[in-house]
Amino acid sequence: MSKRIYLDNAATTRVHPEVVEAMLPYFTECYGNPSAIYSFAGEAQKAVEKARETLADLIGAKPEEIYFTAGGSESDNWALKAAAEAYRDKGKHIITSKIEHHAVLHTCEYLEKQGYEVTYIDVDEYGFVKLDELEKAIRPDTILISVMTANNEIGTIQPVEEIGRIARAHGVLFHTDAVQAFGQIELDVDRMNVDMLSASGHKLNGPKGVGLLYIRKGVKIRSFIHGGAQERSRRAGTHNVPGIVGFGKAAELAKASLAQRTAYEMQLRDYLIDRILREIPYSRLNGDRERRLPNNAHFCFRYIEGESMLILLDQKGVCASSGSACTSGSLDPSHVLLAIGLPHEIAHGSLRLTLSEQTTKEDIDYTVDALKEIVERLRNMSPLYDKNRLEGAEGGKLPA
Amino acid sequence: MYSEKVMDHFNNPRNVGEIENPSGVGTVGNAKCGDIMRMYLDIDENGVIRDVKFKTFGCGAAVATSSMATELVKGKTVQEALQVTNRAVCEALDGLPPVKVHCSLLAEEAIHAALWDYAEKNHIVIEGLEKPVNDIGEKEPDVSESY
Repeated sequence: MSKRIYLDNAATTRVHPEVVEAMLPYFTECYGNPSAIYSFAGEAQKAVEKARETLADLIGAKPEEIYFTAGGSESDNWALKAAAEAYRDKGKHIITSKIEHHAVLHTCEYLEKQGYEVTYIDVDEYGFVKLDELEKAIRPDTILISVMTANNEIGTIQPVEEIGRIARAHGVLFHTDAVQAFGQIELDVDRMNVDMLSASGHKLNGPKGVGLLYIRKGVKIRSFIHGGAQERSRRAGTHNVPGIVGFGKAAELAKASLAQRTAYEMQLRDYLIDRILREIPYSRLNGDRERRLPNNAHFCFRYIEGESMLILLDQKGVCASSGSACTSGSLDPSHVLLAIGLPHEIAHGSLRLTLSEQTTKEDIDYTVDALKEIVERLRNMSPLYDKNRLEGAEGGKLPA
Repeated sequence: MYSEKVMDHFNNPRNVGEIENPSGVGTVGNAKCGDIMRMYLDIDENGVIRDVKFKTFGCGAAVATSSMATELVKGKTVQEALQVTNRAVCEALDGLPPVKVHCSLLAEEAIHAALWDYAEKNHIVIEGLEKPVNDIGEKEPDVSESY
């Protein structure tokens, strides 16, 4: 097989072999339905509860506050729609940010069609939500604030604790989409002052198709999927036992490796950022230099367009994305990049590289070398790029 | 996602570059929508396109359609070049994904814009050619902006 360097870990991750191993018995051996009475099903039920404890532990929650879902998008949908419904007697105003994942933004747009009002808070040039604007947006009829823990494109880690404190001071429910942050940075629902938190299994070397919604005890949000009595009657449907077990195992491994893994990723990420900014002219880093996810690097290269760059990288064996994989195929540049103030033509030339603990320095060197060639090649083809004129204009020569 | 022909033209684009003192040059699209094409034509005294070059800022399909369009008009008369439609470009590439069909339209418009420029420079009227609407001219991004 030809060379492959996988640098799209924000899109999804490789399932850890130990996770697969933990899951396997629940397909062919302990395959009982955890809701059944007979003792054979007890094994599966125990496994689900063990996973719930592990996951609760990772975010400082109680096990009974963890509700399993089919993934991050479902958790976001549930949190927003159900909270909107449950608190509509209090009001119909929701606050979110302009850089949320589409699972939140499109749900907000849906709620607007249902008669809710949504305020989309601006972010600064690094992607941080403007706290003063957020606080000013709160009205007596505000029922929910939803701001992501860390951005899926540019990796900016939001001041979630502050946002939670503001929400709490005003008696407003606070939901955070922690899909990208879960297992990547330390999370504690009490410290963060969150009432609801969404997470997904496949972003931390767990399986796809399983997620969770943390709902703080006392928060009155109702069922999203109606049916059986699973998940305290709040989320019906037979438990995805292997998935839940895998999610739990992934969380356990993520917790154990957190400090060492993220330190390694950060070192490699900074090396990548330094090389690109130093060696590729007219490149910029998006997001904050420090307060960003340990494995996230996101760039714009002027005068070229992202998709061409991705195809050429793919031909060199490098899997990367221009923003979020969910929006590939759409022609508009990223809403996140526009929100941080980039003009369209620059936003079009974006590249996201997200590392894992398996990424090596050699991988990074290979990728940067390939990228230098690719950027140069596309610029030579670009009507926006006139090297001679730019050299004159900038009063210096471009690095080779 | 792309046909083999699109990938071939993306990987080995034909006629990339510029022509000094072209008979006509046209730029269409805008950076806002993510595609800019510039087409240069060298047209001889008999109205035959002797040479053609392009530069494109855009996705894989934008590069491939530019490349294919140059191939389709090279050696043709002005009137023949005018008949090269976006559909012809699309078909020659064995099709494009639906969201990328606008790229082929841009290629057609780029040819038209270059022909319009040629007609203006030579004070002639090319029958059937309308003034291009998408010509963004020679506007360049502001290079003084720094980061």
